Amino acid sequence: MAMIKILHDKCTLCENCIKECPFEAIEIKDGKLYINENCTLCGLCVKVCPENALQKEEKEDFKTDLNHYKGIWFFAESREGSLSNVAFEMLNGALKLKKTLGEEVAGVILGNNVAGLAAELGRRGADRVYVVDDVSLNHFQEEPYAVAMAQLIKKHMPNIVIAGATMMGRAFVPMVAAMVKTGLTADCTGIDIDNETKLLLQTRPTFGGNLMARIVCKNHRPQMATIRPKIFDEAPVLDSGKADVILEKLDVSKVNNRVEFCRREKVENIVDLQESEVIVSGGRGMREPKNFSIIKELADALGGAVGASRAAVDAGWMPSDRRAKQLNPRYILPAAYPGQYSTLRECRPRIT
Amino acid sequence: MNIIVCVKQVPDTFEVKIDPETKRIVREGVESVINPYDNYAIEEAVRMKERFGGKVTAVSMGPPQAEKALRESISMGVDEAFLLSDREFAGSDTLATSYILSCGIRKLKDFDVIVCGRETLDGSTGQVGPEIAYHLGIPYITYVSKVLDISSGEISCVRLMEDHYEELKSKMPVLITVIKEINQPRIPSLKGMLRAKKAEIATLRCCDMEGEKCNYGQDGSPTRVVDVWTEHIEKAGRKVEGETEELAVTLLNELKNLGVV
Repeated sequence: MAMIKILHDKCTLCENCIKECPFEAIEIKDGKLYINENCTLCGLCVKVCPENALQKEEKEDFKTDLNHYKGIWFFAESREGSLSNVAFEMLNGALKLKKTLGEEVAGVILGNNVAGLAAELGRRGADRVYVVDDVSLNHFQEEPYAVAMAQLIKKHMPNIVIAGATMMGRAFVPMVAAMVKTGLTADCTGIDIDNETKLLLQTRPTFGGNLMARIVCKNHRPQMATIRPKIFDEAPVLDSGKADVILEKLDVSKVNNRVEFCRREKVENIVDLQESEVIVSGGRGMREPKNFSIIKELADALGGAVGASRAAVDAGWMPSDRRAKQLNPRYILPAAYPGQYSTLRECRPRIT
Repeated sequence: MNIIVCVKQVPDTFEVKIDPETKRIVREGVESVINPYDNYAIEEAVRMKERFGGKVTAVSMGPPQAEKALRESISMGVDEAFLLSDREFAGSDTLATSYILSCGIRKLKDFDVIVCGRETLDGSTGQVGPEIAYHLGIPYITYVSKVLDISSGEISCVRLMEDHYEELKSKMPVLITVIKEINQPRIPSLKGMLRAKKAEIATLRCCDMEGEKCNYGQDGSPTRVVDVWTEHIEKAGRKVEGETEELAVTLLNELKNLGVV
C-alpha cells in the first residue's frame, strides 16, 4: 500500500506540513507526527518539509509494454451534423503535443452521416481521421458513443486521447476510460509533454479552484484527459492538408441499447457560456435579480454573455446554468464581487 | 423499489481562503459538508421513494468522519446508510473510487436506481458516477433535470444538454446523475434529525467486500498527482472615481485598450 512515510529521527515537529495539508490529515500524537486517514496522498507535505522527513512511498508498478501505444488522438465533437468549434480546439491541442512528441495526430468522429466532416480536420492539420458512422450514433448517448470509442482505442492503441470537457465529453469519456481500464483526468486547463519521460502532463484546478494539480498516467495507456473549451485556439486551415480517412464499423453486438431516445426540445435564447469570448459576471454585490439587466446591457454591447458568481446563483438571482465556472473565455469582467475572486480561480480567463 | 444514492463529504471550499502572505489555504473554521450536488441526489432519491414506493440507501466512501454526511442524509429521509472506509482506499483516483463504490453497492443488495450528483465540489470531475455504472454493467444517464415516471421496469427522464432538453427512457437498473434544476432539497425535519442521531451506520472495510484488492486505493489508480501548488490571483483592478458619464468613458477606453471592443 502506498503511503507517506515519516522519518521520525529527522522530524523537528516544525508543523509546516500540518499548516500546509488541505485535508487536516497530519497531527501530533504522543509527541510524534502522525498521518491520519484523511490523507489523500497528495504529497503537498513532502514538498514543504524542510528536513526531508516525509517521503512518498510508491510501489514500483508492474509494467506492461507501453511502446506499442502510438499516436495522439482527439475526439472531434459534432453536433447536429457539423463539427463543433471545440473539435478544432482539441486538434490544435493535439498538434501542440505532436511538436514535442513527434507522433501522428488523429481525430475521431462519431455520428450518423458524418463521414463528410473528416476532410475539414485534414485541412486543419490532422494526419488521420477515424470515422464511425452508424445510425445508433445519431443522437448522442453515453453507451454507444463509449463503445465506439473504446473499440477504436482497443484496435489502434493510441498513446494519448483528449476530448473537450463539454457536457458530451464529460458524459461518455469516463465510461471509455473505465472500459479500457486507464486513467482519465477531468477538465484540464493545460497539457504538455514532459521532456524527459515523454509522459502527458495534465494540469487542472481542484479543490474548488484553490489548488492546482499536475497529474500523470504512468503505467496505463492511453493517457486520457478532457480539456476545457477555449484553452486552445481553433486550429487554422492550412493550404495543403489532407488526412487519411479510415471508416470503421461499430460493433453493434457490444451495444446494449438499454436507453431509448424519445425526443428533444431546443432551449431558445440560451447563450452558451462555454462558447462566449467575453463574460460579464455579476457577484453578490448585484443585490437583486433585476440589477442583472445593468450588466446585460454591457454584455450585449460587448457581444458577450452574462454570468453569475456562485453567491448570486445560490441566492436564486440567476439560474445555475449561468454560473461562471469552469470556463475559459478571453475576458471576464467581474461586476460587483465584494469578496473573493473564486470565479477567477475557477475560470482562468486569459485576460481579466 | 431499491434506490441507492451516492454521497461524498467535502470541505466547504466556498469558505476556503488563501492567506495572501503564506499563499496557503486558511483552513481554520472550514467545515465538512455533504457535497452540494449530492443534496439534489438525496432529495430526488427520497422523492422517488415517496412517488413510487421503496427504500433509499445512502452509500459513501471516505474517512470515518464521513459518517456525519451519511447521518445528514438520513435526516433528509434516507432509510439506511453504509460507509466504505479503509486505509487501503486512500489515494484512490476516480477509477479506483468508482470500483470500490461498485463493490460496496454489489454487496448491499439488489437495486433499481442509483442516483449521483453531477460532480463534487472539491474534485469536480463528474467521472465517478459514469464509471460506477460501467463497473456494475448498467446503463446511465447524465445531467437529469426531471424524473418523469418509473413503471414496468423503466424510468423516463429529461436531461439538459448545452442547448436543448432531451427525453430519454431506460431499462432499470440504471444510474442517473442529477443537476441542480431537478429539485429544491428539503430542510431536515426534527423527526428526521432524531432518527439520524439514533441510526446505526455500518462500515464496510476492504475485507467485507469481494472486490480485488489490487483495484483499490493508489494501487488501483492509473493516475498520479505529481505536483500540487496554490496559485494566487492578484487583484489587478483599480478604483476609479468620478461622475457616471466620466466613468463610462474611462471603462470604454480601458476596454478598447485591452482589445475587448
